[in-house]
Amino acid sequence: MTTKTTKKGTKGKRLDGRGPEDLRDMDAKVSIIPRADGSAMFRSGNTVAIAGVYGPRELHPKFLQNPERGVLRCHYSMMSFSTTERVRPGPNRRSREISMVIEKALTPVLHLEQYPNSVIDVFIQMIQTDAGTRCAGITAAALALADAGIPMKDMVSSVAVGVVNGTVVADLTKEEEDVEGTVDIPLAFLPRTGEVTLLQMDGKLSQKHLKESLLLGKKVSKKIYDLQKKAIKESYHHA
Amino acid sequence: MGKLLVKEKDIVVPGEDLAEGMDYLPVSGAYREEDKIIANHIGVVSINGRLVKVIPLRGKYTPKVGDVVIAKVVDMSFSNWYLDIGCPQNAMLSVRDATEFVEKGADLNQFYSFGDIIVARISKVMRGTVELTMRAPGLRKLGVGRLLPVGSSKVPRIIGKQGSMISVIKEKTGCRVIVGQNGLAWIQGDPKNEMVAVQALELVNTNSHKEGLTDEVTKFLAKHMKGLTVSPDHYKDDDQLYQEHQPQERRDHRGGYRDNRGGGYRDNRRGGYRDNRGGGYRDNHRNYDRPSSDRGRDSSSHDRREMRDARKRGGYI
Repeated sequence: MTTKTTKKGTKGKRLDGRGPEDLRDMDAKVSIIPRADGSAMFRSGNTVAIAGVYGPRELHPKFLQNPERGVLRCHYSMMSFSTTERVRPGPNRRSREISMVIEKALTPVLHLEQYPNSVIDVFIQMIQTDAGTRCAGITAAALALADAGIPMKDMVSSVAVGVVNGTVVADLTKEEEDVEGTVDIPLAFLPRTGEVTLLQMDGKLSQKHLKESLLLGKKVSKKIYDLQKKAIKESYHHA
Repeated sequence: MGKLLVKEKDIVVPGEDLAEGMDYLPVSGAYREEDKIIANHIGVVSINGRLVKVIPLRGKYTPKVGDVVIAKVVDMSFSNWYLDIGCPQNAMLSVRDATEFVEKGADLNQFYSFGDIIVARISKVMRGTVELTMRAPGLRKLGVGRLLPVGSSKVPRIIGKQGSMISVIKEKTGCRVIVGQNGLAWIQGDPKNEMVAVQALELVNTNSHKEGLTDEVTKFLAKHMKGLTVSPDHYKDDDQLYQEHQPQERRDHRGGYRDNRGGGYRDNRRGGYRDNRGGGYRDNHRNYDRPSSDRGRDSSSHDRREMRDARKRGGYI
């Protein structure tokens, strides 16, 4: 892959000194909320997500129940202090959209048919944000669902890729996202099969770059999966 | 030739490959996709011959027919009580299945009221509905005592092999202890003894992955029961709940001419021909058990029966 110079960095290096395929420094931990049925924290650089899973439990009001399969409800929200500018608390247009795409990214792996008339609630809170929040949210939520002991056919690992100044890079920061002409593609993969459960894009992009981005996303999502696996296994070694 | 990719007692995450090739069969907590066996949830791997399963470490209680559970009354209608047993749906206890004599049109509040705690047995599990019965020895409303959440995945360990762990705790503390398969324990005795019993149960709970735990608990109890008196005998009252083999015959007998409702209640007990049915169906019957004289009648399902028995004895950890 060709690496051009970014805005100011040296050749092949990004603004924060990473190579194009490098992810930010990551952290993951499960069972962080004692009262939740399952919970997890995922950090990628300065983006920190915590997710709590409650359920499966009975769904009220009753007319929302589905006798065929359970319902997954995701609630994404950014905490008011998570960015430099205060975020007004409560749902807004952006957070509702993200809640919906997270729901759609996670539903394919869950065996919801085992929980008719029930609901699984996933609450995702961004306590600090620096781009890639929906990806961090999905990664944390998948961990929390697994931690809640809910049957899943696979994990979900999510990462954003993008094109900054003509270079395909992984796991963008806010700084990179704000570069003129940057394209940002949040992706979610099922690591075992490589299926894609989330793909969004804003900006203009050539076919070649899109292909490259998808391949890079698939490649680096494996690293996130390894971290997820490690986080779960570690929680049992200490216990 | 098939190949195992994990070891016994490994901790696996959902989506992790457990085995390759058609020689291995997924039991519970695992599924097959093409020639691979894949874990379905977090848990510990257990391998029995060709059978691979994942024993859950976390998660809500999954109701199984025959389980003794500790339930809380949350609602009632004209002829049913609805109870919380810690799974997504409430369980239903019909007045016919209660041991109280309920007159027609009586206020069910008189018998079991909101918030009352009951030990009952699961008689029927269908998609979305769970039915309970109290028509078996030892099943009743619980009086004063402590409720301790222990987690349903830890219950086999708390009961121990053939009830070894729980009988030690009962005997040494003199408390009555009932452990529901749904992950609740009820303890009743002298207040100080109760505290020791609670601590002992918590000790088992936090160390459930260790071996030689019964000895450790015996030592713990010897140390902490110093100076406390054990009042005679009433701790034995609930023993029948754990002798799951014997009451069976009594129930079958009684069911023969008294239980003419047929259907759910008896159908889920042992009949003679169960072993001919498909594996998936039978695997749901965790407490499916027969008098030991019955065993070995059908050797083809020996493996499965062995696994089931092992699970019941709690010997798998």
